Amino acid sequence: MTTTGAPHATRPPTDDFDPGIPGFEASGGDWDEIAREAVGEERIVVNMGPQHPSTHGVLRLMLEIDGETVTEARCGIGYLHTGIEKNMEFRTWTQGTTFCTRMDYLAPLFQESAYCLATERLLGITQDVPERASIIRVLMMELNRVASHLVCLGTGGNEMGATTVMTIGFTAREEILRLFEAVTGLRMNHAYVRPGGVAQDVPEGFEDQVRAALPKVRHYLGQLGDLMLANPIFKGRLVDVGVLNLAGCMALGVTGPVLRSTGLPYDVRKAFPYSGYETYDFDVPTSTDADCYSRVVLRIEECYQSLRIVEQALTRLEETAGAPVMVADKKIAWPAQLAVGADGQGNSLDHIRQIMGTSMEALIHHFKLVTEGFRVPAGQVWQTVEHPRGELGVHAVSDGGTKPYRAHFRDPSFNNLQAVSVMCEGGQVADVVVAVASLDPVLGGVDR
Amino acid sequence: MSEGTTGATAGGSTDKPVPQPEEVLGPRSGELVAGSDQAGRPGRGPEVVEVRRGMFGVQGSGDTSGYGGLQQPVAMPGAATRPYGGWFDEAVDVLGEVLAAAGVAFDAAVERVVVDPQADPPSPHAELTLHVAREHLVAVCRALRDDQDLRFELSLGVSGVHYPQDAGRELHAVYHLTSVTHGRRVRLEVSVPDADPHVPSTTALYPTNDWHERETWDFFGIVFDDHPGLARIEMPDDWPGHPQRKDYPLGGIPVEYKGATVPPPDTRRQYS
Repeated sequence: MTTTGAPHATRPPTDDFDPGIPGFEASGGDWDEIAREAVGEERIVVNMGPQHPSTHGVLRLMLEIDGETVTEARCGIGYLHTGIEKNMEFRTWTQGTTFCTRMDYLAPLFQESAYCLATERLLGITQDVPERASIIRVLMMELNRVASHLVCLGTGGNEMGATTVMTIGFTAREEILRLFEAVTGLRMNHAYVRPGGVAQDVPEGFEDQVRAALPKVRHYLGQLGDLMLANPIFKGRLVDVGVLNLAGCMALGVTGPVLRSTGLPYDVRKAFPYSGYETYDFDVPTSTDADCYSRVVLRIEECYQSLRIVEQALTRLEETAGAPVMVADKKIAWPAQLAVGADGQGNSLDHIRQIMGTSMEALIHHFKLVTEGFRVPAGQVWQTVEHPRGELGVHAVSDGGTKPYRAHFRDPSFNNLQAVSVMCEGGQVADVVVAVASLDPVLGGVDR
Repeated sequence: MSEGTTGATAGGSTDKPVPQPEEVLGPRSGELVAGSDQAGRPGRGPEVVEVRRGMFGVQGSGDTSGYGGLQQPVAMPGAATRPYGGWFDEAVDVLGEVLAAAGVAFDAAVERVVVDPQADPPSPHAELTLHVAREHLVAVCRALRDDQDLRFELSLGVSGVHYPQDAGRELHAVYHLTSVTHGRRVRLEVSVPDADPHVPSTTALYPTNDWHERETWDFFGIVFDDHPGLARIEMPDDWPGHPQRKDYPLGGIPVEYKGATVPPPDTRRQYS
């Protein structure tokens, strides 16, 4: 390729200095053709992630850009695939909760609850689950929803440069994680919900602890609202960005706050109630703007609705104090009794002393149930719950054995990421970050 | 293989004779089948997908436990009988009419209707499963999505299940559809042989199934024909094999802890 005048990358620099020295240019063969193609179609493909701070984890985005405009956006996932579903096929039904809680690590109690509800339906013991266990599940799930939304809002703000939003979000989440720690012993990956109920009752004084934490969470939520909702920079970045209308959501199976931002009040808690959600008084906030800003507003609204449910659950928790939290059937109920010792939470020594010292049958029974597990009648169920990110589905198949034959999780993050192309193409590169943040994908759930 | 006669045909074509359902349905079979009251119903009975023999790996002359002679059928809920209960009858009837209008015979498209658990009065937790012939999957999906009395407009994805012993029906693709309009759910199940694992893609009707079909291909090796880009999604592109199949090993190494060794989970003692 020959050029005159303007400097060119393929021209040796010597030309500019000494015309007597012969110059060498890349030419001949099919070089002309290649150069023409390259100039005619100037594609710039930017690889964003998988180690990019604004992709919520190991999400890889392949963006084809023209200037600042995104002409094509694709997702690459699988960097966090750990084979949890396959692993669950080799563990007992009870051990399954330990695995599925690690899928979407920001909303662990939803996977546990969905999986246990599915297992209970296979066992045919849905009606036998004690009311107090359902109340505790609802309470924990709603607290978890607030914690998850707080991370979404906080990291979403951080990705746009608003560090204060992140610090407030995480400080508020800390209040809820302390409550989780008091109940389950862990801040995440709880394995607290078990087939037939929950692992153990809430500790003494838990209701007061929650009541003390709620005003703080409300206070931080108010601060988040003050910081974000009327902020002109924030609105400039989010309003009318990442629009996905109702038809697009239904076609792409997008559920959760993104679907509700289009005006459809579809919420599994209302449409297909579970754990007694039909008896709680709460609203499903919707918007019709279908943009990233309306999703932020909806998430804050949902936090307040969740706190409403938490307060109702607390009242019921006090009314049912002392009631069982695990099914009465000793062939299913997990036999371990936990207690807090000097070195943290562990097996209750009183219980161990009893089964080891006084009852041979209790020891055998304990051993068989823990090592072999219980048998679940053959069949398959589909159980969904309203996850902070959308509809979480569990497809559990049993072959009549002590382990799941197949446990598939339809994770809302996995499904919703399909909408990235539709939401980003035609927008600016900076809008990609905002659009992905409004979908709130958690890659642990996406890749499982 | 839901009837004894089909089982006999399949048994003749393979090396190992496939046990007849009536032969393997021992006294415990009732409790292995969800909704065991079906045993007394005039249906086609439970669908035996596998018969397991022995336990704990003991067999032959060294077996003094007797476990080696154990036979356990794996029987999934069989075809339901009318009335199905609830809205199921009406929906199945409407589906039949819509399919007939589209020129598809209902019996050809829907091999079996399963209601689990089927009880009288109908259980609030009953689920409707339609076992669909793969040739008519797209027609059935279109009818379910577009007819105003069915209106299953939201697909919640596809997943697979592998039944390696169910000759000719090893791979199942399972679809979960939701009707937001009517507040209903239905499950479609398509079974294909391992030797010819082709299922038509439903992405033209439900674009959301794009990634779910890729995942099912990735994990089970079910080929979704006419999918816009059936590439692996979770595993690396050059990965050999399909990890969620039952014949694919879990892997793992023995872990030593305080002098004892814990074997990897797939080599531990199995109870089922």
